[in-house]
Formats: sequence, C-alpha cells, structure tokens
Amino acid sequence: MTPERQVYIEDVTPGDEIPELVKNCSPRQLVMWAAASRDFYEIHYDVEYARELGLPGLVVHGALKNAFLGHLLQAWVAPLGRITRYGCSYRGMDYPGEDLRCRGKITEVTTHNAEHVAELDIWIENPRGEITTPGSAVVVLPSRTKGTRT
Amino acid sequence: MTDELITKELRAMIGDEWPPVIYEVDRTGIRMWAQAVGIDDLVYYDEETAQDQGFDRLPAPPGFVGFPRTRPGDPDPGPPIRGLHPDLKRSLNGGTEFEYRSPVLAGDELVATTRIVDIKQRSGSIGRMLLITRETSYRRGDEEVALMRATVINY
Repeated sequence: MTPERQVYIEDVTPGDEIPELVKNCSPRQLVMWAAASRDFYEIHYDVEYARELGLPGLVVHGALKNAFLGHLLQAWVAPLGRITRYGCSYRGMDYPGEDLRCRGKITEVTTHNAEHVAELDIWIENPRGEITTPGSAVVVLPSRTKGTRT
Repeated sequence: MTDELITKELRAMIGDEWPPVIYEVDRTGIRMWAQAVGIDDLVYYDEETAQDQGFDRLPAPPGFVGFPRTRPGDPDPGPPIRGLHPDLKRSLNGGTEFEYRSPVLAGDELVATTRIVDIKQRSGSIGRMLLITRETSYRRGDEEVALMRATVINY
C-alpha cells in the first residue's frame, strides 16, 4: 500500500495546524449516536425535555465531541500512524445545526523509545469562535527514512 | 477553598476497584459507531481493507471500547455517576481521555475495571461541585489495551 495522503514525522513542525474537520450535527445524527454509544439521556433527542431543563434546545453529547476529535486525529494519521492518547474537557455546550470546527495544532515533536511522537493541542470551536471543547493528544507517526508500520 | 464536600467516606473510595465487567467489541457496533460519528474510512467497515492495513479483524474507531455485557436490571458498571454526595444530585460530563497501548479489535472481550482515582472540590457558576475522575482499564487477557479517564462533575 502506498498511501499518498500519509503524514510522516518529517512533515510536521511545532506550530503547524492539522487539516480541520467541520461537523454539523442533525438531530438524526444525535439519535444515531445515542444508539451507537448507548447514551439515552433525553436532552440529546427530546427537545421538550431539554427546554424544560432550561436548555435552549437539543445538546450535542460530550462523548460525540470526543469522538469527533478522535476522527480528526485518525483521519490525519491514517493509515500508518496511530493515536496513543487523546482527550478533551467539555467546557461549553454545542448544539445541532451549528458548524463545529474540529482543529489541532502540533505542540511538540520528539522521539521516544525509537518511535516518532507528535503532541498536539486539539479543540472544537463553535461558530462564535468560542472553544467549547479543549483537549490534547499524542500520536505516533511513521518516518520517511526508516520503518514502515509504526 | 475548603474541601468540606469531600467526606471521609468519599475519600476512602479513592483507589477502590469496582467489580470487573466484560466489554464486547463486535463488528456491528464498530460500524454503527463509525457511521454515527461520520467516519467514512473503509478500515472500520470492510475486513479486506482492515487486513490490508495489518489488522486481523475490524479495528475499533477512537473512543470505542465495546459495550458492557449486561442483564436486565443490572446497574451501570462502575461507580455511580451521581449521588456519591447526598447534597449533589445533578451531574455533568467533565471530560474524557483515552490511552491506547494496542488496537481494540472486533471480537475482543475486554475485561474492564474501574477505580475512582481523584476527587476534587471546586466552586463555579453552578455552585459547589465535585470533580470525580474515574479510570477504567480494558484488558485483553493479560494485556492492557486501553485506559479511559473520565471526569464527572457532581453539583
């Protein structure tokens, strides 16, 4: 397999941003997520229930936003790289119908136990430019010069 | 800041291990998860593609560690999400982190054990709150394949 889109350690420098991923959840996607993750809390699909709790409407699941950041990283490192750690905090709510910009920026590039490691800040930003979901990640990337599979 | 919400009973829970639960990772669950997130990478859907990339079976997308094996009426695995302190009846999801040592694959039956690793008290716009961090270790045989750290806010 000769992955043309593969990112190698030689391609990354601290300060670089990785390709952004934009998500915009429909209520249907929230229901699919509820089933796929088995999180059936009603604020994610029952708008009346959500409003009775004082929310403006349906709310995007925190864990779905975590999965979006996982998707962002996976799409970037695939197929030869791998995620060793990633996580985020849920600081602000996000809503269906809004563009959620999933972004990441390299903070450090190191070699650890003969593996090429990139550390990143990752986050989700709402249409008002607010970071609702900040996080960080560590990935292992292949090198152009040695090794094939990480 | 005082720690008056962190009672002796709560402090004593730190480090305790809850009974292990089996998490089943299956192909249908993997595909449903990938589809719900909006991931279109064939590696999560098609076994031939997965094998071309060196996986014996379909790999799980980031964040998917399968589903707990349950029977009707079983409580949720691990420590309760809310109610550890009698005054704090509501909860919010504070954050989630995954560490991977090895890929999670379709067919895995992972043994998951959860511990409370940290309890902190904070004050914020929602009042007094406890930040309870739980760590779940997922093992395939003797090998720890993944670790999840999740923070629940009780307020």
